[in-house]
Amino acid sequence: MTRGYLSIIVVLAILAALPFLVASNVVLNFVVFVLIITLTAQGWNLLGGVGGQNSFGHAAFFGTGAYVSAMLQVHYGVNAWVALAAAIAGGAVVGWIIGFLSFRAGLKGSYFALVTLAFAEVLRILANAMEFTGGAAGLLLKLDTGFWNLQFSSRAAFVWLALFFVALALFISQWIANSRFGAHLVAVRENEEAAKALGVDVLAVKLRAITISGAITATAGCLYLQYFLYIDANIAYGVWISIEALLAAMVGGRGLVLGPIIGAFSLHGLGEVTKLAAGRVPGIDLAVYGAVLILVVGFAPGGILGLINKLRFRGRPRPEPEKAATPAPKTEEAA
Amino acid sequence: MYPISIVAEAMLNGLLTGAVYALIALGLTLVYGVLHIINFAHGAFLTVAMFAVWAAYVFLGLDPYLAIVPLTILFFAFGYVVQRFVIGPASHGDDGNILLVTLGLSIIIENVLLALFQSDTRSISTDVSFQVLEIGGLLISKARLYGFLGAVVVTALLWLLLVRTDTGKAIRAVAKEKLGAQLIGIDVKHVFAVTFGLGTATLAIAACLLMPTFYVNPRVGGAFVLVAFTIVVLGGMGSITGALAGGLVIGVVESLCSLYLGDSLGQIGIFIIFILVLLLRPTGLFGARA
Repeated sequence: MTRGYLSIIVVLAILAALPFLVASNVVLNFVVFVLIITLTAQGWNLLGGVGGQNSFGHAAFFGTGAYVSAMLQVHYGVNAWVALAAAIAGGAVVGWIIGFLSFRAGLKGSYFALVTLAFAEVLRILANAMEFTGGAAGLLLKLDTGFWNLQFSSRAAFVWLALFFVALALFISQWIANSRFGAHLVAVRENEEAAKALGVDVLAVKLRAITISGAITATAGCLYLQYFLYIDANIAYGVWISIEALLAAMVGGRGLVLGPIIGAFSLHGLGEVTKLAAGRVPGIDLAVYGAVLILVVGFAPGGILGLINKLRFRGRPRPEPEKAATPAPKTEEAA
Repeated sequence: MYPISIVAEAMLNGLLTGAVYALIALGLTLVYGVLHIINFAHGAFLTVAMFAVWAAYVFLGLDPYLAIVPLTILFFAFGYVVQRFVIGPASHGDDGNILLVTLGLSIIIENVLLALFQSDTRSISTDVSFQVLEIGGLLISKARLYGFLGAVVVTALLWLLLVRTDTGKAIRAVAKEKLGAQLIGIDVKHVFAVTFGLGTATLAIAACLLMPTFYVNPRVGGAFVLVAFTIVVLGGMGSITGALAGGLVIGVVESLCSLYLGDSLGQIGIFIIFILVLLLRPTGLFGARA
């Protein structure tokens, strides 16, 4: 059962050592932000990558995580760690509700993508209009650094905090990839009818995936709040974060445990380089992301990791690939 | 409660807006009905068309209503090329991939426009922009009335094209049975691209009808895209008359929601309808075809 864990530990060790090697706040800022994106994308990857249920609305979970935590802390003075736990639970509940409604109605493919987008938009409009959520002005968290407040004056500490949650999500993802549940999820992605015929409870598998997915992405939303100390509806429930989640996972390698972290760092690295090269042109990095998405979908469906595996094993006898990348054993084609 | 005249005016305005919504949804539903794909870049294409109308007016002095002819031809060609050389090759015919490729396209378009024009909002005011008609005590903006009439005419023309012409016959054949159409010598890739071109051409017309009373900025298409999806779903995926009916319903719903719930919540009715229809009746309220 040690399959896959070694490469995870190597990647984590490199990132954990980073604050000792680089003191630049700009770099550490970048790392924290990308780690938050990574965590968001890890949630997406479980549902969209491993489970094949493309969501266009992971902002619903990100925003719920951020808002639950912010409202508990601002309105009720709840401790930040307790608020974090509540935020994770909130993300799971929203995930389960959206999943229950849309999977039970049999929505898949583009329909599922669009309905998730609509759910996120409803939440965005509500958060933007209600007084309880701060309305259009958003919610501001009081600056009060300290471990128990989940706020750190040093950027390095925040890198480690974010890395801790990313590591947790990585281990959970790897554990799922090695588990029976993970195999069921892949089977549902590859051929839902065949999976059903073999006795997989498709609805239950999808529901479990979207619930865990929602919880992971909500954690990212909560971290965003703790780092920037401010959210409003367009940040927390905005379409941008849904797209970031999907992009990072797709570019890194959808369905692969390390896909989101590789994708997020490559994509945002490329974005920074583009910004340096192009000067102060607004939106230029995002335009590049769009082009990368088309190229990945068209020519490298396995993302960066897929490309690396292809190059590494070219011409050699077929190696044993990573489990999550293996398509489900092809059973008879469903009618 | 509001007096009946205000409600009537809101409903009338809703109908006028709804017709233009319907025109925007028309291209989306046509592309869905034939290619069975959901074009997520539809809103971004609309933004491009609206910028084109703006540029034609500002730089060439071309009236938006006169710009309909050149822009329709231009956008037909644009759509043809995009489908044939970008979406087709990159998506390998897979439904989920097409959604992602068109999402990528919309991100590129939106941000290239942002780089070119910044996020400033631009509008044009022609002679017709501020003229109003009074009918039975209700004030109607002339430009919006033209928009309504234009939308109805275009819907009728598109329907005629599909039913009466050889091109229309080929499109319907491909929509029904791709392989069979190929067997009798129809160039499926060409028909796909023509259909996609028709879809973007209707957007150009919609943009020309919208611009006298609306504004444009790089993100404006996003406001329309979910509205258009809602109309398509409500009218039944692929149904042209359904799109018109759905558009009018959505226009009225939005207008009444804004009246009763306030502007910030105005659009929520649309999304709730969208979710409910998808969850409860995915074939649409007016859609005969499943």
